[in-house]
Amino acid sequence: MVILFAVFLLTLLVLTAVAIVRTDNLFVAVMLTGIFSLLMAANFFILDAADVALTEAAIGAGITTVLFLGALALTAEYEKSISTGRWLSLGVVAVTTLILIYATFDKPRLGDPQAPVHLHVAPWYLEQTPQLIDIPNVVTAVLGSFRGYDTLGELNVILTACIGVLFILGGRRGQYSPSDGTKSLSTIHSLRHHLIPKIVGHFLIPFIILFGFYIQFHGEYGPGGGFQAGAIVAAGIILYALLEGEAQALRAVPRSALMGMVVGGAMLYGAVGIAGIALGGNFLDYSVLTDNPVAGQQIGILIIELGVGLTVCGALLLIFHAFAAREETD
Amino acid sequence: MALVIDILSWILLTVGGAFIFIGGLGALRLPNFYTRMHAASLTDSMGSILILLGIMLQAGWSLAAFKLLAILVFLLLTGPTASYALANSALLSGLKPEYFRPDNAEK
Amino acid sequence: MYYVVSFAILVTMALALIRAVVGPSVYDRVLAVNMFGTKTTLLLSVVAFLYGRPDFLDLALTYAMINFIGVLAVLEFFQSRSIRRENKQTD
Repeated sequence: MVILFAVFLLTLLVLTAVAIVRTDNLFVAVMLTGIFSLLMAANFFILDAADVALTEAAIGAGITTVLFLGALALTAEYEKSISTGRWLSLGVVAVTTLILIYATFDKPRLGDPQAPVHLHVAPWYLEQTPQLIDIPNVVTAVLGSFRGYDTLGELNVILTACIGVLFILGGRRGQYSPSDGTKSLSTIHSLRHHLIPKIVGHFLIPFIILFGFYIQFHGEYGPGGGFQAGAIVAAGIILYALLEGEAQALRAVPRSALMGMVVGGAMLYGAVGIAGIALGGNFLDYSVLTDNPVAGQQIGILIIELGVGLTVCGALLLIFHAFAAREETD
Repeated sequence: MALVIDILSWILLTVGGAFIFIGGLGALRLPNFYTRMHAASLTDSMGSILILLGIMLQAGWSLAAFKLLAILVFLLLTGPTASYALANSALLSGLKPEYFRPDNAEK
Repeated sequence: MYYVVSFAILVTMALALIRAVVGPSVYDRVLAVNMFGTKTTLLLSVVAFLYGRPDFLDLALTYAMINFIGVLAVLEFFQSRSIRRENKQTD
């Protein structure tokens, strides 16, 4: 029965991908990318990977669509057709596809218990997590503790991407519109002058941010963690920016605070690692943080997830403001 | 008692599924944008109420039922608002609804 | 018991996808994406109970929120774009 679900969803995925490539209206492509991300999250869910599905939901459907639309507002709406080199690119893609399909003949079947990945590391993680770390969600245990270096690297990748975007788009373009409310680019038809979405949105924003905090601290017990929580809180603040205007959102959470969050999160993660060294263990060894090694592991995971959430939230909001601020000066 | 709950949730789930399918069919087949919006809002409101109530009956008194209630409240709040904002935006951008006039109809 | 409902929801998702690909105006496509998001939320709730994992309901709740934000962002984009077009034409 799972096979039927998976085949159906994957067929829809292929149809969506074909439609995205074939259309030349970029706005339609952005909409279909939103549907693509929803389908991918459903696929991940069918495959029982809840953390990945939650991350795809939080980042792919909401934030990526908003950022694509922000970029689309700055550029043209129809794709310029490419006339040269189509057959060459088609040939390259076909050859690569055939090579990849040939490479999958050697792969073990999906979920095969005798596959190498299920024989060496995975049983060790599943057995050792209750003894060493004692949290129910093994994914967070692997992400935060067993593979803490990789997560530190991912966090720094996000930080670097944010810095790169800020270099390209400029952090200080786009002055605030004057506070007496005149001459904003979007006049009376903008969303912030409609009563019903404004009231409902204002009602929902505290719940969204509260839910983001719940996901942040609940990551040890269920699907969740820092990445998802940062994206959800950023989505809540983006909703506020959509309803009240970007200038108002910048007054609520100023740019300096966002920069502080981005850098502070990464530094918090590194600080936990260095604290491990200072207390006598290795880098990113949480067992030495308190007297009880298991409690030390849990506290260590909690703090680094907090760092991850801060950085992700700050980075997404800074990128959003970079796009939105640029639009106002046109 | 458990049998009654099972039958009740079966009925709710099946009727909810029927509503959702009818709404989806309407969104595909109806001629105009505003009429399609009627069909789509059918799935948002009635479909989600029936399906989530059916699942809530199966969940009993637990945290899962409370989360389902939260999902239901969210969907009921945000679904009509999104439909309103969409229809308003379409109307302000000049997409005109087609009115039925007697001389339009074929005899 | 959940298989019938999930099948109905999957078929409706396919119908919404057809509307998103075909729909002549952009508003049809936004409508289709909104519908798709709601259906995904319902599908996630139903399948979470189908698999006996009710603690996966967080995903459905997340999707219900994020879908709303996505649709509002799209509409804001539309309105500011049409305003900009009007300003350009009057200049």
